[in-house]
Amino acid sequence: MKGSLIIVAFFVVGLLGARWGLVPSELLEQDFTQYALYGLMFLVGIQIGSDRKALQALKEQNLRIVLVPLATVTGTWLGSAGVSLFLPGMSLKDCLAVGSGFGYYSLSSIFITEYRGAELGTIALTANILREIITLLGAAVMVRFFGRLAPICSGGATTMDTTLPVITRYSGKEFVVISLFHGFVVDFSVPFLVTFFARG
Amino acid sequence: MLKVVGIMMLGVLSGYLLRNRSLRWVSKAIMVAIWLLLFLLGVAVGNNAEIMDHLDTIGWSGLLLAVGGVLGSVLMAWGVYRFFFQGKDKSTLA
Repeated sequence: MKGSLIIVAFFVVGLLGARWGLVPSELLEQDFTQYALYGLMFLVGIQIGSDRKALQALKEQNLRIVLVPLATVTGTWLGSAGVSLFLPGMSLKDCLAVGSGFGYYSLSSIFITEYRGAELGTIALTANILREIITLLGAAVMVRFFGRLAPICSGGATTMDTTLPVITRYSGKEFVVISLFHGFVVDFSVPFLVTFFARG
Repeated sequence: MLKVVGIMMLGVLSGYLLRNRSLRWVSKAIMVAIWLLLFLLGVAVGNNAEIMDHLDTIGWSGLLLAVGGVLGSVLMAWGVYRFFFQGKDKSTLA
């Protein structure tokens, strides 16, 4: 939660700084943002490649564990497609691109901004931060009505870090490995799926 | 798209090769890159009068999409739980 607040703070400081004319707009030179983005991608790759816990978890699990991230991805797409019917200003692809952030708001908003501009990027930031917050606050209710996998699928890409504590608490310790594996897979899919819908 | 995927795969390979070393600096560097890029997104939004005028619409769209994504996910989670997890041998879970 503290991490999310810091990130939102950076966004807000940038916004207000620009609003009050304190930040030179030369900062927005395309090249600079693009190289920062490439650097970030490379670092995220290193983090995923060096992660042993998730791969280890996979070896010890029954094959049905792969159904959990699949449920998250298909469920999110169905939900986002449904919502697109109520958002006349946004295309189906826009909604699927935002949904494919799966709560990974930093990366997805940055990507969508790069491909589709700051407006959709800001929608992605909002939607995906809210997804994390809804999961943190609603985990108990989700378990009660939709079973013990519900907060894991709702948490999306965040289930190996920020939402892991609430999942452990409400789904139970035996779901920690599933949660880690799920977070790993969904995390990995975000750059690919977001790029696919935002550019395709 | 190919470039982005290529850069990321290169990172994954490097990460795999370096997996026995201490990589704590990586998550710190990621954090700093994210701060920087979100600051820049803030600057882009603040500089864009049209977006600033529509912040309420943007907020509502974001909320709707978050709720839609969560609802779809928990419904699918319920199906998978009900048919593949519930009542199955607990010992294979952990």
